[in-house]
Amino acid sequence: MSGQYQLNKELAQMLKGGVIMDVTTPEQARIAQEAGACAVMALERIPADIRAAGGVSRMSDPQMIRSIQDAVSIPVMAKCRIGHFVEAQILEAIEIDYIDESEVLSPADDVYHVDKTQFRVPFVCGARDLGEALRRISEGASMIRTKGEPGTGDIVQAVRHMRKMNAGIRKVVSLREDELFEEAKQLQVPYALVKQVHDEGRLPVVNFAAGGVATPADAALMMQLGAEGVFVGSGIFKSGDPKKRAAAIVQAVTNYKDAKLIADLSAGLGEAMVGINEQEIELLMAERGK
Amino acid sequence: MRIGVLALQGDFAEHISKLTSLGIDAFEIRKLSDISNRFDGLVLPGGESTVMKKLLHALGLFNPLKNLISDGLPVLATCAGMILLAKSLEDGEAPCFGTMDITVKRNAYGRQLGSFRCVDKFNGIPTEMPFIRAPYVKKAGKSVDVLSVHDNRIVAVRQQNQLAAAFHPELTADNTVYNTFIEMITK
Repeated sequence: MSGQYQLNKELAQMLKGGVIMDVTTPEQARIAQEAGACAVMALERIPADIRAAGGVSRMSDPQMIRSIQDAVSIPVMAKCRIGHFVEAQILEAIEIDYIDESEVLSPADDVYHVDKTQFRVPFVCGARDLGEALRRISEGASMIRTKGEPGTGDIVQAVRHMRKMNAGIRKVVSLREDELFEEAKQLQVPYALVKQVHDEGRLPVVNFAAGGVATPADAALMMQLGAEGVFVGSGIFKSGDPKKRAAAIVQAVTNYKDAKLIADLSAGLGEAMVGINEQEIELLMAERGK
Repeated sequence: MRIGVLALQGDFAEHISKLTSLGIDAFEIRKLSDISNRFDGLVLPGGESTVMKKLLHALGLFNPLKNLISDGLPVLATCAGMILLAKSLEDGEAPCFGTMDITVKRNAYGRQLGSFRCVDKFNGIPTEMPFIRAPYVKKAGKSVDVLSVHDNRIVAVRQQNQLAAAFHPELTADNTVYNTFIEMITK
Protein backbone atom coordinates (compact mmCIF):
# COMPACT_ATOMS: atom_id res chain seq x y z
CA MET A 1 0.00 0.00 0.00
CA SER A 2 1.41 3.37 -0.98
CA GLY A 3 2.11 6.01 1.61
CA GLN A 4 -0.28 8.44 -0.03
CA TYR A 5 -3.13 5.89 -0.03
CA GLN A 6 -2.65 5.41 3.71
CA LEU A 7 -2.73 9.20 4.27
CA ASN A 8 -5.87 9.42 2.12
CA LYS A 9 -7.65 6.79 4.20
CA GLU A 10 -6.53 8.70 7.29
CA LEU A 11 -8.01 11.98 6.02
CA ALA A 12 -11.35 10.16 5.86
CA GLN A 13 -10.80 9.08 9.48
CA MET A 14 -10.52 12.78 10.42
CA LEU A 15 -13.93 13.43 8.85
CA LYS A 16 -15.70 10.80 10.97
CA GLY A 17 -18.59 11.91 13.13
CA GLY A 18 -19.09 14.83 10.80
CA VAL A 19 -21.42 16.16 8.13
CA ILE A 20 -20.29 16.87 4.57
CA MET A 21 -22.53 19.42 2.89
CA ASP A 22 -23.21 20.17 -0.79
CA VAL A 23 -22.60 23.83 -1.62
CA THR A 24 -22.80 25.76 -4.88
CA THR A 25 -21.28 29.14 -3.91
CA PRO A 26 -18.55 30.51 -1.59
CA GLU A 27 -21.33 32.09 0.48
CA GLN A 28 -23.01 28.72 1.01
CA ALA A 29 -19.62 27.19 1.80
CA ARG A 30 -19.08 29.74 4.56
CA ILE A 31 -22.57 29.11 5.95
CA ALA A 32 -21.82 25.37 5.93
CA GLN A 33 -18.50 25.83 7.73
CA GLU A 34 -20.05 28.12 10.35
CA ALA A 35 -22.83 25.60 10.91
CA GLY A 36 -20.22 22.92 11.64
CA ALA A 37 -19.71 21.04 8.35
CA CYS A 38 -16.52 18.91 8.46
CA ALA A 39 -16.10 19.30 4.67
CA VAL A 40 -18.00 20.72 1.72
CA MET A 41 -18.79 19.26 -1.68
CA ALA A 42 -18.44 21.96 -4.32
CA LEU A 43 -20.86 21.54 -7.21
CA GLU A 44 -22.69 23.73 -9.68
CA ARG A 45 -26.11 22.32 -9.00
CA ILE A 46 -27.29 20.31 -6.03
CA PRO A 47 -28.76 16.90 -6.87
CA ALA A 48 -32.40 18.05 -6.57
CA ASP A 49 -31.74 20.68 -9.24
CA ILE A 50 -29.76 18.26 -11.42
CA ARG A 51 -32.78 15.99 -11.26
CA ALA A 52 -35.15 18.84 -12.18
CA ALA A 53 -32.95 20.21 -14.98
CA GLY A 54 -32.29 16.89 -16.70
CA GLY A 55 -29.68 16.72 -19.49
CA VAL A 56 -26.02 15.84 -19.06
CA SER A 57 -24.48 16.74 -15.73
CA ARG A 58 -20.68 17.24 -15.61
CA MET A 59 -17.81 18.23 -13.35
CA SER A 60 -18.11 21.79 -12.00
CA ASP A 61 -16.22 24.79 -13.36
CA PRO A 62 -12.73 24.76 -11.77
CA GLN A 63 -12.99 28.50 -11.19
CA MET A 64 -16.10 27.98 -9.10
CA ILE A 65 -14.38 25.18 -7.14
CA ARG A 66 -11.35 27.42 -6.51
CA SER A 67 -13.54 30.21 -5.16
CA ILE A 68 -14.95 27.73 -2.63
CA GLN A 69 -11.45 26.48 -1.73
CA ASP A 70 -10.54 30.09 -0.95
CA ALA A 71 -13.63 30.65 1.16
CA VAL A 72 -13.18 27.91 3.80
CA SER A 73 -10.49 26.15 5.88
CA ILE A 74 -12.25 22.74 5.94
CA PRO A 75 -11.57 20.15 3.19
CA VAL A 76 -13.22 20.78 -0.19
CA MET A 77 -14.48 17.86 -2.28
CA ALA A 78 -15.76 17.87 -5.85
CA LYS A 79 -17.42 15.36 -8.17
CA CYS A 80 -16.24 13.82 -11.41
CA ARG A 81 -18.35 11.63 -13.67
CA ILE A 82 -18.03 7.86 -13.28
CA GLY A 83 -15.15 6.73 -15.46
CA HIS A 84 -14.15 10.26 -16.49
CA PHE A 85 -10.49 10.10 -15.57
CA VAL A 86 -9.68 13.40 -17.25
CA GLU A 87 -12.16 15.26 -15.06
CA ALA A 88 -10.41 13.52 -12.15
CA GLN A 89 -7.02 14.66 -13.45
CA ILE A 90 -8.30 18.23 -13.59
CA LEU A 91 -9.60 18.03 -10.02
CA GLU A 92 -6.23 16.66 -8.90
CA ALA A 93 -4.49 19.51 -10.73
CA ILE A 94 -6.43 22.10 -8.70
CA GLU A 95 -5.54 20.19 -5.50
CA ILE A 96 -9.01 19.18 -4.46
CA ASP A 97 -8.98 17.39 -1.07
CA TYR A 98 -11.27 14.53 -2.14
CA ILE A 99 -12.78 13.50 -5.48
CA ASP A 100 -16.25 11.97 -5.45
CA GLU A 101 -16.58 9.70 -8.48
CA SER A 102 -20.29 10.16 -8.41
CA GLU A 103 -23.46 8.65 -9.81
CA VAL A 104 -25.09 12.06 -9.29
CA LEU A 105 -23.39 13.23 -12.50
CA SER A 106 -24.05 11.57 -15.86
CA PRO A 107 -21.72 8.57 -16.23
CA ALA A 108 -18.93 9.04 -18.79
CA ASP A 109 -18.23 5.30 -19.02
CA ASP A 110 -20.84 2.59 -18.65
CA VAL A 111 -18.29 -0.19 -18.07
CA TYR A 112 -15.16 1.10 -16.37
CA HIS A 113 -14.67 3.23 -13.29
CA VAL A 114 -11.66 5.52 -12.92
CA ASP A 115 -8.48 3.60 -12.02
CA LYS A 116 -8.04 5.49 -8.79
CA THR A 117 -4.74 3.81 -7.98
CA GLN A 118 -3.17 6.12 -10.58
CA PHE A 119 -3.94 9.23 -8.53
CA ARG A 120 -2.38 10.77 -5.43
CA VAL A 121 -5.55 12.64 -4.54
CA PRO A 122 -8.14 10.63 -2.57
CA PHE A 123 -11.44 9.30 -3.93
CA VAL A 124 -14.78 8.60 -2.29
CA CYS A 125 -17.24 6.38 -4.17
CA GLY A 126 -20.85 5.35 -3.72
CA ALA A 127 -21.91 1.76 -3.06
CA ARG A 128 -25.17 -0.07 -2.46
CA ASP A 129 -23.71 -3.20 -0.93
CA LEU A 130 -20.49 -4.83 0.23
CA GLY A 131 -19.50 -6.12 -3.22
CA GLU A 132 -19.80 -2.69 -4.81
CA ALA A 133 -17.86 -1.09 -1.93
CA LEU A 134 -14.99 -3.60 -2.19
CA ARG A 135 -14.84 -3.22 -5.99
CA ARG A 136 -14.41 0.54 -5.58
CA ILE A 137 -11.79 0.00 -2.86
CA SER A 138 -9.83 -2.38 -5.08
CA GLU A 139 -9.89 0.36 -7.75
CA GLY A 140 -8.31 2.70 -5.19
CA ALA A 141 -11.16 4.44 -3.33
CA SER A 142 -10.07 5.49 0.17
CA MET A 143 -13.57 6.25 1.45
CA ILE A 144 -17.05 4.85 0.73
CA ARG A 145 -20.50 6.34 1.04
CA THR A 146 -23.68 4.36 0.69
CA LYS A 147 -25.49 5.72 -2.34
CA GLY A 148 -29.04 6.28 -1.18
CA GLU A 149 -30.95 8.22 -3.80
CA PRO A 150 -29.61 11.75 -4.23
CA GLY A 151 -31.86 14.78 -4.58
CA THR A 152 -35.00 13.10 -3.28
CA GLY A 153 -35.13 13.86 0.44
CA ASP A 154 -36.34 10.27 0.75
CA ILE A 155 -34.25 8.24 3.20
CA VAL A 156 -35.54 4.80 2.19
CA GLN A 157 -32.72 3.93 -0.19
CA ALA A 158 -29.97 5.16 2.10
CA VAL A 159 -31.40 2.88 4.78
CA ARG A 160 -31.66 -0.03 2.38
CA HIS A 161 -28.06 0.35 1.21
CA MET A 162 -26.64 0.73 4.72
CA ARG A 163 -28.51 -2.33 5.96
CA LYS A 164 -27.38 -4.32 2.94
CA MET A 165 -23.78 -3.24 3.43
CA ASN A 166 -23.79 -4.21 7.09
CA ALA A 167 -25.58 -7.49 6.43
CA GLY A 168 -22.88 -8.28 3.87
CA ILE A 169 -20.16 -7.54 6.40
CA ARG A 170 -21.84 -9.65 9.10
CA LYS A 171 -22.11 -12.54 6.66
CA VAL A 172 -18.42 -12.39 5.72
CA VAL A 173 -17.45 -12.26 9.39
CA SER A 174 -19.52 -15.38 10.11
CA LEU A 175 -18.02 -17.48 7.29
CA ARG A 176 -15.38 -20.15 7.82
CA GLU A 177 -11.94 -19.24 6.43
CA ASP A 178 -12.27 -21.84 3.66
CA GLU A 179 -15.56 -20.28 2.53
CA LEU A 180 -14.05 -16.86 1.88
CA PHE A 181 -12.73 -17.82 -1.57
CA GLU A 182 -16.21 -18.59 -2.85
CA GLU A 183 -17.57 -15.43 -1.21
CA ALA A 184 -14.94 -13.36 -3.06
CA LYS A 185 -16.11 -14.98 -6.28
CA GLN A 186 -19.76 -14.23 -5.53
CA LEU A 187 -19.01 -10.62 -4.61
CA GLN A 188 -16.71 -10.23 -7.67
CA VAL A 189 -13.93 -8.79 -5.52
CA PRO A 190 -10.34 -9.73 -4.61
CA TYR A 191 -9.95 -12.42 -1.95
CA ALA A 192 -7.58 -10.25 0.11
CA LEU A 193 -10.29 -7.62 0.72
CA VAL A 194 -12.83 -10.27 1.75
CA LYS A 195 -10.26 -11.71 4.16
CA GLN A 196 -9.66 -8.25 5.60
CA VAL A 197 -13.39 -7.68 6.18
CA HIS A 198 -13.60 -11.16 7.74
CA ASP A 199 -10.74 -10.41 10.14
CA GLU A 200 -11.61 -6.83 11.05
CA GLY A 201 -15.41 -6.99 10.96
CA ARG A 202 -15.68 -3.71 9.09
CA LEU A 203 -14.99 -2.08 5.73
CA PRO A 204 -11.29 -1.39 5.15
CA VAL A 205 -12.11 2.34 4.79
CA VAL A 206 -14.43 4.87 6.42
CA ASN A 207 -18.09 4.61 5.36
CA PHE A 208 -20.51 7.57 5.36
CA ALA A 209 -24.21 7.60 4.48
CA ALA A 210 -25.56 9.69 1.62
CA GLY A 211 -28.53 10.26 -0.61
CA GLY A 212 -31.81 11.39 0.93
CA VAL A 213 -30.87 12.85 4.32
CA ALA A 214 -33.21 15.80 4.98
CA THR A 215 -33.71 16.03 8.76
CA PRO A 216 -31.70 15.67 12.00
CA ALA A 217 -33.67 12.47 12.60
CA ASP A 218 -32.62 11.09 9.18
CA ALA A 219 -28.98 11.81 10.00
CA ALA A 220 -29.23 10.17 13.43
CA LEU A 221 -31.01 7.18 11.89
CA MET A 222 -28.09 6.61 9.52
CA MET A 223 -25.60 6.96 12.40
CA GLN A 224 -27.51 4.44 14.52
CA LEU A 225 -27.48 2.09 11.53
CA GLY A 226 -23.69 2.26 11.53
CA ALA A 227 -22.69 5.19 9.29
CA GLU A 228 -19.49 6.92 10.42
CA GLY A 229 -20.73 10.29 9.19
CA VAL A 230 -23.24 11.77 6.79
CA PHE A 231 -23.34 13.58 3.44
CA VAL A 232 -26.20 16.03 3.10
CA GLY A 233 -26.82 17.22 -0.43
CA SER A 234 -30.04 18.97 -1.30
CA GLY A 235 -31.43 18.66 2.23
CA ILE A 236 -29.84 21.84 3.54
CA PHE A 237 -29.91 24.52 0.88
CA LYS A 238 -33.29 23.36 -0.45
CA SER A 239 -34.86 23.86 2.97
CA GLY A 240 -36.53 26.89 4.53
CA ASP A 241 -33.75 27.79 7.00
CA PRO A 242 -30.44 26.30 5.80
CA LYS A 243 -28.30 27.75 8.62
CA LYS A 244 -30.46 26.37 11.38
CA ARG A 245 -31.08 23.01 9.71
CA ALA A 246 -27.37 22.54 8.97
CA ALA A 247 -26.39 23.22 12.59
CA ALA A 248 -29.13 20.90 13.84
CA ILE A 249 -28.00 18.04 11.59
CA VAL A 250 -24.39 18.50 12.76
CA GLN A 251 -25.43 18.20 16.42
CA ALA A 252 -27.71 15.25 15.68
CA VAL A 253 -24.75 13.38 14.14
CA THR A 254 -22.57 13.97 17.22
CA ASN A 255 -25.24 12.96 19.71
CA TYR A 256 -27.11 10.53 17.50
CA LYS A 257 -28.37 8.41 20.40
CA ASP A 258 -29.73 11.30 22.46
CA ALA A 259 -33.42 11.36 21.49
CA LYS A 260 -34.22 14.22 23.86
CA LEU A 261 -31.59 16.44 22.27
CA ILE A 262 -32.67 15.46 18.74
CA ALA A 263 -36.26 16.32 19.69
CA ASP A 264 -35.11 19.83 20.64
CA LEU A 265 -32.97 20.11 17.51
CA SER A 266 -35.89 19.07 15.30
CA ALA A 267 -38.25 21.70 16.71
CA GLY A 268 -39.03 24.79 14.66
CA LEU A 269 -36.64 24.10 11.81
CA GLY A 270 -39.04 25.44 9.18
CA GLU A 271 -39.78 23.79 5.90
CA ALA A 272 -37.80 20.64 5.02
CA MET A 273 -36.92 20.15 1.37
CA VAL A 274 -39.86 18.99 -0.71
CA GLY A 275 -39.25 15.28 -1.11
CA ILE A 276 -39.86 12.96 -3.99
CA ASN A 277 -40.93 9.43 -3.09
CA GLU A 278 -39.01 6.49 -4.43
CA GLN A 279 -41.99 5.45 -6.59
CA GLU A 280 -42.21 8.89 -8.18
CA ILE A 281 -38.63 8.98 -9.46
CA GLU A 282 -37.99 8.47 -13.12
CA LEU A 283 -34.22 8.34 -12.84
CA LEU A 284 -32.54 6.08 -10.31
CA MET A 285 -29.04 7.55 -9.92
CA ALA A 286 -28.00 4.69 -7.63
CA GLU A 287 -28.27 2.31 -10.60
CA ARG A 288 -25.37 4.09 -12.28
CA GLY A 289 -22.01 2.28 -11.96
CA LYS A 290 -22.03 -1.15 -10.28
CA MET B 1 -6.58 6.39 35.58
CA ARG B 2 -9.56 7.80 33.61
CA ILE B 3 -9.02 9.82 30.46
CA GLY B 4 -11.80 11.65 28.65
CA VAL B 5 -11.59 11.96 24.89
CA LEU B 6 -13.51 14.79 23.26
CA ALA B 7 -15.81 12.85 20.90
CA LEU B 8 -17.69 15.56 19.05
CA GLN B 9 -16.11 14.87 15.66
CA GLY B 10 -12.88 13.45 14.23
CA ASP B 11 -10.68 10.47 15.08
CA PHE B 12 -11.60 10.14 18.75
CA ALA B 13 -12.15 6.38 18.33
CA GLU B 14 -8.48 5.95 17.35
CA HIS B 15 -7.39 7.77 20.53
CA ILE B 16 -9.69 5.63 22.64
CA SER B 17 -8.43 2.35 21.20
CA LYS B 18 -4.86 3.55 21.68
CA LEU B 19 -5.45 4.45 25.33
CA THR B 20 -7.34 1.21 25.89
CA SER B 21 -4.44 -0.77 24.46
CA LEU B 22 -2.22 0.95 27.04
CA GLY B 23 -4.51 -0.29 29.80
CA ILE B 24 -6.18 3.05 30.43
CA ASP B 25 -9.87 3.59 31.11
CA ALA B 26 -10.86 5.98 28.29
CA PHE B 27 -14.33 7.45 27.80
CA GLU B 28 -16.10 9.67 25.25
CA ILE B 29 -17.09 13.25 25.97
CA ARG B 30 -20.09 14.13 23.80
CA LYS B 31 -22.14 16.23 26.23
CA LEU B 32 -22.00 17.97 29.58
CA SER B 33 -23.22 15.00 31.63
CA ASP B 34 -20.25 12.96 30.39
CA ILE B 35 -17.85 15.02 32.52
CA SER B 36 -19.81 14.97 35.76
CA ASN B 37 -17.41 12.42 37.29
CA ARG B 38 -13.78 13.17 38.06
CA PHE B 39 -11.18 12.27 35.43
CA ASP B 40 -7.40 12.53 35.19
CA GLY B 41 -6.67 13.64 31.67
CA LEU B 42 -8.26 15.04 28.51
CA VAL B 43 -7.57 14.28 24.84
CA LEU B 44 -8.48 16.72 22.06
CA PRO B 45 -8.38 14.58 18.90
CA GLY B 46 -7.76 15.20 15.21
CA GLY B 47 -10.64 16.28 13.01
CA GLU B 48 -11.91 19.68 12.03
CA SER B 49 -11.29 22.38 14.64
CA THR B 50 -14.12 24.58 13.32
CA VAL B 51 -16.61 21.75 13.92
CA MET B 52 -15.35 20.99 17.42
CA LYS B 53 -15.30 24.65 18.42
CA LYS B 54 -18.86 25.13 17.23
CA LEU B 55 -20.09 22.03 19.08
CA LEU B 56 -18.17 22.83 22.29
CA HIS B 57 -20.21 26.01 22.57
CA ALA B 58 -23.50 24.54 21.36
CA LEU B 59 -23.32 21.70 23.88
CA GLY B 60 -22.24 23.83 26.84
CA LEU B 61 -18.88 22.07 27.13
CA PHE B 62 -16.68 25.05 26.39
CA ASN B 63 -16.51 26.78 29.81
CA PRO B 64 -16.29 23.64 31.98
CA LEU B 65 -13.46 22.18 29.85
CA LYS B 66 -11.62 25.49 29.63
CA ASN B 67 -11.76 25.81 33.43
CA LEU B 68 -10.46 22.28 33.90
CA ILE B 69 -7.53 22.95 31.54
CA SER B 70 -6.75 26.27 33.23
CA ASP B 71 -6.85 24.51 36.61
CA GLY B 72 -4.13 22.10 35.47
CA LEU B 73 -5.93 19.05 34.01
CA PRO B 74 -3.36 17.28 31.79
CA VAL B 75 -4.30 17.59 28.09
CA LEU B 76 -3.04 15.84 24.97
CA ALA B 77 -4.03 17.66 21.78
CA THR B 78 -3.33 16.41 18.27
CA CYS B 79 -3.66 18.36 15.00
CA ALA B 80 -7.10 20.03 15.26
CA GLY B 81 -6.74 19.72 19.03
CA MET B 82 -3.61 21.86 18.89
CA ILE B 83 -5.60 24.54 17.07
CA LEU B 84 -8.20 24.44 19.88
CA LEU B 85 -5.52 25.13 22.52
CA ALA B 86 -3.67 27.86 20.62
CA LYS B 87 -3.78 31.39 21.99
CA SER B 88 -3.79 32.77 18.48
CA LEU B 89 -4.26 31.60 14.90
CA GLU B 90 -2.24 32.99 12.06
CA ASP B 91 -5.29 33.42 9.83
CA GLY B 92 -6.73 35.83 12.38
CA GLU B 93 -9.63 33.65 13.44
CA ALA B 94 -10.69 33.88 17.08
CA PRO B 95 -9.01 31.27 19.31
CA CYS B 96 -10.98 28.47 20.97
CA PHE B 97 -9.62 27.62 24.46
CA GLY B 98 -6.59 29.85 23.94
CA THR B 99 -4.85 28.34 26.94
CA MET B 100 -1.50 27.64 25.27
CA ASP B 101 0.92 30.41 24.40
CA ILE B 102 1.41 29.47 20.74
CA THR B 103 0.47 30.94 17.38
CA VAL B 104 -0.65 28.22 15.00
CA LYS B 105 -0.84 28.21 11.23
CA ARG B 106 -3.69 26.03 10.08
CA ASN B 107 -3.46 23.85 6.91
CA ALA B 108 0.17 24.93 7.01
CA TYR B 109 1.37 22.31 4.53
CA GLY B 110 -1.41 22.99 2.04
CA ARG B 111 -4.23 20.71 0.99
CA GLN B 112 -4.41 16.91 1.14
CA LEU B 113 -1.70 16.53 -1.52
CA GLY B 114 0.65 18.19 1.00
CA SER B 115 -0.01 15.53 3.66
CA PHE B 116 2.99 13.34 4.52
CA ARG B 117 4.55 10.88 6.97
CA CYS B 118 8.01 11.07 8.50
CA VAL B 119 10.13 9.91 11.40
CA ASP B 120 11.61 12.69 13.49
CA LYS B 121 12.51 13.35 17.08
CA PHE B 122 9.90 13.89 19.75
CA ASN B 123 11.58 14.95 22.97
CA GLY B 124 14.77 13.41 21.57
CA ILE B 125 13.17 10.06 20.64
CA PRO B 126 12.69 9.10 16.96
CA THR B 127 8.91 8.95 16.47
CA GLU B 128 6.59 8.20 13.56
CA MET B 129 4.65 11.31 12.55
CA PRO B 130 1.71 11.36 10.12
CA PHE B 131 0.79 14.91 9.12
CA ILE B 132 -2.68 15.24 7.57
CA ARG B 133 -3.65 18.71 6.35
CA ALA B 134 -1.63 19.59 9.39
CA PRO B 135 -0.94 22.85 11.21
CA TYR B 136 2.41 23.86 12.69
CA VAL B 137 3.46 26.26 15.42
CA LYS B 138 4.54 29.57 13.98
CA LYS B 139 5.49 31.12 17.32
CA ALA B 140 5.89 29.69 20.80
CA GLY B 141 5.94 31.79 24.00
CA LYS B 142 8.74 31.72 26.59
CA SER B 143 6.94 29.30 28.90
CA VAL B 144 6.48 26.77 26.08
CA ASP B 145 8.91 23.86 25.63
CA VAL B 146 9.53 22.82 22.05
CA LEU B 147 9.53 19.00 21.83
CA SER B 148 9.71 18.46 18.05
CA VAL B 149 11.03 20.40 15.13
CA HIS B 150 10.59 18.95 11.66
CA ASP B 151 11.98 20.72 8.62
CA ASN B 152 12.67 23.84 10.73
CA ARG B 153 9.07 23.98 11.88
CA ILE B 154 7.81 23.46 15.41
CA VAL B 155 5.43 20.49 15.42
CA ALA B 156 5.16 19.46 19.09
CA VAL B 157 5.11 21.61 22.24
CA ARG B 158 4.46 21.44 25.94
CA GLN B 159 3.37 24.11 28.35
CA GLN B 160 2.99 22.74 31.88
CA ASN B 161 -0.10 20.49 31.77
CA GLN B 162 -0.68 20.92 28.04
CA LEU B 163 0.93 18.72 25.38
CA ALA B 164 0.21 19.43 21.72
CA ALA B 165 1.33 17.82 18.45
CA ALA B 166 0.64 18.89 14.87
CA PHE B 167 0.76 15.23 13.80
CA HIS B 168 -1.30 12.16 14.73
CA PRO B 169 0.35 9.73 17.20
CA GLU B 170 -3.05 8.00 17.41
CA LEU B 171 -2.61 6.70 13.86
CA THR B 172 0.67 4.87 14.49
CA ALA B 173 1.88 1.93 16.54
CA ASP B 174 4.34 4.30 18.23
CA ASN B 175 3.57 5.10 21.91
CA THR B 176 6.20 7.78 22.55
CA VAL B 177 3.80 10.72 22.73
CA TYR B 178 1.31 8.82 24.88
CA ASN B 179 4.05 7.79 27.29
CA THR B 180 4.95 11.43 27.79
CA PHE B 181 1.28 12.29 28.35
CA ILE B 182 0.79 9.48 30.86
CA GLU B 183 3.92 10.58 32.70
CA MET B 184 2.45 14.08 32.96
CA ILE B 185 -0.62 12.57 34.65
CA THR B 186 1.17 10.21 37.02
CA LYS B 187 4.08 12.33 38.22
